[in-house]
Amino acid sequence: MKLGANILIGGALFLVAVLAGVFAPWIAHTDPVMDANLMVAEEPPSREFWFGTDAQGRDIYSRVLYGARISLTVGIFAQLVNTLIGTALGLSAGYWGGWWDDFVTGLTNLLLAIPSLIFALAIMAILGPGLTSLLIALGLTNWSFTCRLARASALSLKSQGYVQASKVLGYGDLRIMLTQLLPNMLGPLIVIGTLGMGGTILAEAALSFLGLGIRPPYPSWGSMLSEARDQITTAPWLSVFPGLAIFLTVLGLNLLGDGLRDILDPQSRSRRL
Amino acid sequence: MTLLAVEDLRIDLTAGGISHAAVDSVSFEIARGETFGLVGESGCGKTITALAVMGLLPQPLAIGGGKVRFDGRAIESLDADEMRRLRGKRLAMIFQEPMTALNPLLPVGRQIAEMFILHEGASWRDAERRAVEMLARVRVSAPERRARDYPHQLSGGMRQRVMIAIALACSPDLLIADEPTTALDVTVQSEMVDLMRDLCVANGTAILMISHDLGLVGSMCRTVGVMYAGRLVEVRSSADVFKSAAHPYTRGLVASLPRLGSRAAIGQQRLQEISGVVPSIADFPPGCRFHPRCDRLTDVCRTVAPGVTALAGNGRVRCHHHG
Repeated sequence: MKLGANILIGGALFLVAVLAGVFAPWIAHTDPVMDANLMVAEEPPSREFWFGTDAQGRDIYSRVLYGARISLTVGIFAQLVNTLIGTALGLSAGYWGGWWDDFVTGLTNLLLAIPSLIFALAIMAILGPGLTSLLIALGLTNWSFTCRLARASALSLKSQGYVQASKVLGYGDLRIMLTQLLPNMLGPLIVIGTLGMGGTILAEAALSFLGLGIRPPYPSWGSMLSEARDQITTAPWLSVFPGLAIFLTVLGLNLLGDGLRDILDPQSRSRRL
Repeated sequence: MTLLAVEDLRIDLTAGGISHAAVDSVSFEIARGETFGLVGESGCGKTITALAVMGLLPQPLAIGGGKVRFDGRAIESLDADEMRRLRGKRLAMIFQEPMTALNPLLPVGRQIAEMFILHEGASWRDAERRAVEMLARVRVSAPERRARDYPHQLSGGMRQRVMIAIALACSPDLLIADEPTTALDVTVQSEMVDLMRDLCVANGTAILMISHDLGLVGSMCRTVGVMYAGRLVEVRSSADVFKSAAHPYTRGLVASLPRLGSRAAIGQQRLQEISGVVPSIADFPPGCRFHPRCDRLTDVCRTVAPGVTALAGNGRVRCHHHG
């Protein structure tokens, strides 16, 4: 199978972001929080400070690397929680139908009616800022699309011959859902999950930008943008580099999602053959 | 010894508050290791009778009366979990469509192995080994390699062999084969029928075969039940069916079979047909349900539903003018 350019470019961008986060302590030049040095405050990018320095003289390059840790942790884990919740609810609702389906559909519609960022804001306001609250707020508010997708797939798959056949062979409901339905809907779920991860990273940046996410002095891409807001005309490098990091990571995830869709969607695959 | 006894079974189709009996007063018995065929036109109730036996009638169908006993126990009295454990282990079924009855994302060996894990609590390693044995028993060549193949890599005949392997994996007491050969080439059909018969004889598995093909059922089964419009009109040994069919509908079916060497088969005479169509469930005619198409029609047929008459050699027929 030939991998599309989407997958290669998207995968590479995402991989760079992940590696930056994982190896931040080794490739960063300075400590992102402690190494303030007012002697070199607001230096533009140079050979010594690749991305410049901020008002306290902290190295932006190092802060962007460490910021990747927060943004990606939240993006990956919150999205994982979303996918698990959405799949479990949607799959069981589609398969069982009845009152459970009505209940899940109602819940999904409720969630879709409230902008998820507002909902996340409300949760953050209750729980207070911090990494754990971010994971909870973003993990509980973005599963509605996954849920709808899983429900629709389960509805169409459950009339398939092999699902009927497995019922005749004495499979229990849980076994049918896990061995027959889930594998057959995994492709679109992975695509939606990957695309959603980009959305979650953006949401984290937005919450941190609003001051409800990661609190200064700890760096996340969103909180760095928030701090850089006042100096955007005098020291644009403060906002350009974290902004670029967000942009490239989300772009990478979206390309990756598109590329995966091309591979995992059996219809588009057979069309190409 | 009776394995499956269907007694006076009625299956209701409820739509818009009105119930119609899609299957009515159907009774038959299958002994251990016996082969029984149900024959009839599309829509006469063969498949739903089989699904009732499996306890899997889809909405809006439901058992409206009568009993289904499997190995002495009434199926209705079993709870969902007991019924589930019965299915696949003691009651197996093969479907019309071998193309869609296999999960496209799992290797076929795993799908067979799943049966041993599910019903016999076998370990993975053990189940995989037995799955390969099953493939060999359904005469798949190079079973070790085939076990790792996905359904789309197999031909229709191969897939049906895999389905048979899955159905017979746990040596069930009864195999229900619903039009098992309809989707296959004629040459593959006879192989499949032979294979099923051989394996079932070896295992002592009884077969309930459902088909619209009287010739196929007659060659495979010891006893044949002919269904028409939800009723069992004649039950005979398959030899008797061809020799001396008692019901006019059965006679029609026998007459419509092409025979090798007959004038019809060599193109000098049209094949006989039964005129008219099967009535729909919503308006079964009163009296004998076959009377609008029958050539022995008298007044009594229009008003009185015929009872069951016993015939020589354990046969039964439901007709006022049988013989």
